[in-house]
Amino acid sequence: MEVVLPFVIGSLYAMAIYMLLRRSLVKLLIGLGLLSHASNLLIFTAAGLTRSKAPVIALTADQLQPPHADPLPQALILTAIVISFGVTAFALALAYRAYRSADTDDLDQMKSTDA
Amino acid sequence: MIIFAVLSGFGLAFLAPAICRWAKERSGWWLAILPFALTLYFFSLLPGLAEGEVQSLALAWSKELGLTFSFRADGLSLAFALLVGGVGALVAVYAGGYFGTKAPVERFYFWLFFFMASMLGVVLADNVILLFVFWELTSLSSFMLIGFEHDRNEARTAAIQALLVTASGGLVMLAGFVLLAQIGGSWELSSLVLRGENVRANPLYLAVLFLILIGAFTKSAQFPFHFWLPNAMQAPTPVSTYLHAATMVKAGVYLLARLYPVLGGTPIWLWAVGGVGAATMVLGGALALSQTDMKRLLAYSTISALGSLVMAIGIGSETALKAMVLFLLAHGLYKGTLFLVTGSVDHESGTRDVRHLGGLRRAMPYTATGSTLAALSMAGVPLFLGFVAKEYLYEAAYKVGALWITLVFLGALLNVLIAFRVGVAPFWLPAPAESGLPKRPHEAPWSMVVGPLVLGALSLILGVFPQVLGSVLVAPALSAAAGERLEVKLAAWHGVNEIFLLSLLTLGLGIGLFAIRNDVQRIAARLALPWGLDTLYQRTLDGLFALASLQTRVLQHGYLRYYLITIIVAVVGITAGGLFRWGGGSLPHLSLDLRFYELGIAIIIVLAGGVAVLSRSRLGAVAALGVAGYGVASIYLLFGAPDLAMTQFLIESLTVVLFVLAFYHLPNFAQLTPKRERMRDVVIALITGGLMTTFVFVAGGIQIHPSISQFFVENSLPLAHGRNIVNVILVDFRGLDTLGEITVLGIAGIGVFALLKLRMDQHPAKGGRPAQAGTKGGKE
Repeated sequence: MEVVLPFVIGSLYAMAIYMLLRRSLVKLLIGLGLLSHASNLLIFTAAGLTRSKAPVIALTADQLQPPHADPLPQALILTAIVISFGVTAFALALAYRAYRSADTDDLDQMKSTDA
Repeated sequence: MIIFAVLSGFGLAFLAPAICRWAKERSGWWLAILPFALTLYFFSLLPGLAEGEVQSLALAWSKELGLTFSFRADGLSLAFALLVGGVGALVAVYAGGYFGTKAPVERFYFWLFFFMASMLGVVLADNVILLFVFWELTSLSSFMLIGFEHDRNEARTAAIQALLVTASGGLVMLAGFVLLAQIGGSWELSSLVLRGENVRANPLYLAVLFLILIGAFTKSAQFPFHFWLPNAMQAPTPVSTYLHAATMVKAGVYLLARLYPVLGGTPIWLWAVGGVGAATMVLGGALALSQTDMKRLLAYSTISALGSLVMAIGIGSETALKAMVLFLLAHGLYKGTLFLVTGSVDHESGTRDVRHLGGLRRAMPYTATGSTLAALSMAGVPLFLGFVAKEYLYEAAYKVGALWITLVFLGALLNVLIAFRVGVAPFWLPAPAESGLPKRPHEAPWSMVVGPLVLGALSLILGVFPQVLGSVLVAPALSAAAGERLEVKLAAWHGVNEIFLLSLLTLGLGIGLFAIRNDVQRIAARLALPWGLDTLYQRTLDGLFALASLQTRVLQHGYLRYYLITIIVAVVGITAGGLFRWGGGSLPHLSLDLRFYELGIAIIIVLAGGVAVLSRSRLGAVAALGVAGYGVASIYLLFGAPDLAMTQFLIESLTVVLFVLAFYHLPNFAQLTPKRERMRDVVIALITGGLMTTFVFVAGGIQIHPSISQFFVENSLPLAHGRNIVNVILVDFRGLDTLGEITVLGIAGIGVFALLKLRMDQHPAKGGRPAQAGTKGGKE
């Protein structure tokens, strides 16, 4: 899988960047979602992949038996997933409000709304 | 006690507004108590000084950096401190009458005492960094006081100019201080003065000298930085008196005198310091010729006087330093008086133009008396302190060479003219017939008469009995400046010699010039040249603004995607550079172990992403985004991260729901960008994607720091009593991070709520559908 995932990550980044560069606000938000997938996978892969050994100590054991997955990137990603949800929710509300106020979702039209 | 002397001024600054409200029109008198008490305290230190006792105090500030909160009151410091305290008390009283209760007098007194305390700090500080801090505080309070009438454009411009010139000079000086401390081996002035030889022999001596000179020259308005001082006359007159005549502008002089034992005595010192001082002395007097405003006349003569002080330090002989100390006091007394008088004349007659003023002697007898005494001292009439000081200045220059005495003579001559034009003519000569005064003049209130009378009388008394000053003040000050112990015997009368004759000649020629003053003024006005860096300053400032607006136009254009492109290109460039450096081009060993369902998930993620990008339908795009998210969650599940998988499945579902809800209120996708731009974006996206792929490959083989995961694995059970290590990290080892995360989510939630509930009708400019928006928000 180490051979395939880098290409998945790269494609996700490319698609995310392309969407971020659109003028439509909604497309930008979809790009944001793709970007967070890409980044989480990047952290996950960078630590090395281990099949189906969760970093959980068995009830009968005193310590974790190798091989096991690295717990640290998982903790980081868990935080990132939740935060990116917060960001998405806030951005959607902001997009809704911005569209209501500016009557457009074209970012080029929005740049002079405070004038 | 000495630290109290410095810091009590700051305390008074903060109390001043309350005192003003309580004491109303008498606040000037009450507020003058502290400066007056400080003056008495400084006096009380003088007898001890003669016996070699120096008050000092050092508190540790930052030991690691070698900084101390240290103060030291030797003769030189006390000479300045007396001036600061004494003139401060008189100005505080004077300002009470000048402003009355109408102006924002609380603000004035706050900054006035803030300045007084800072200035005392400058002259009493022993640590160079401490001195620098107080130095910049005086620049700051000067800025606030010049711009005191901030509704006037000229006042604001002048304030900014003064701040930019003096504060940037101060920064240059700081660099000089740091270098000085490096080569001198101490941050304390009292130790540095003992190591002058080492400093002067160091190859960095020239750098130190010039950096510090720029600081001193900007502060003390020396050529070519003199231009800010006449503009600073936009300040109310009490400020001009105190800051821009008697005290602040002399900070540079103080610093030069203080550092004379460290940096002085070399040929370059004579020419750099003495030369600039002499040039400023003559130039200040010459520029005054074309002026008619009393305040600007005085400002130029102050520049000239500061030039003489700097020149005396440049010459650096015992006589020259003696002349410097005497002239410092004489100038503080007479120039302070004349500024106060100018304020009174302006206040009571409505004009400061010397061409319109005359005959005020009858209306303002006390002001006239103070003014005349000061003017005679300034002109160097025998028996006044100004005369004694000028005699010594002549003597010092006489010993160096003919060029110097010619320059001193010119400077003195021009000052005689200014003294008579400002201090004598408005009172004793008949008023010009054709011009009436804007107001019918009458004597100023008592509070505005005390200052001129006291300072003017001191000019005479100390001039008759200079020996009083000699042993008590001048000798200790001189010893500090010269770096060795010196005895001083001053006399008002040296007998008839060349120098006395030169003094008489100066006086006579000056009065002659005064007789033809109107012709002189007209000729000078026609010749007026833009001396100094005023034009350059203006051009630099304009250039800076032009550059700022240019870079704002280029960088802050308001197009989100170009900001993003800038960021992306920068990140790609830096990452590529890093890859090149760390990666070395070789790929790490890869396991080719791949199962078919894993490959299937990978393909599904990429395909779903592609649909999300290409779909014309919003719902289709969001559904595809959700599929991609589920795919990512499956990868977590397959590779030992069940917690991540669960979270991702949940969050992904919620996100899709949110998107769909929001889409109900948002417009359809539209094709907004032309094809060429889309192709450009595709290229950027592909390059970034390719780079990230390479990055993952290369990063897999690099471990710069050892992983800290093992710590969590080993300690999860014994320390935190948890078996799920990911959860233990989140809620225990990194519990505070999680708390922060919860806070962020909470704030985002509040933000979402506020955005949806925000009522459009509170922004009437936008109009549209106010009520509807509100109810819709509520439904969600």
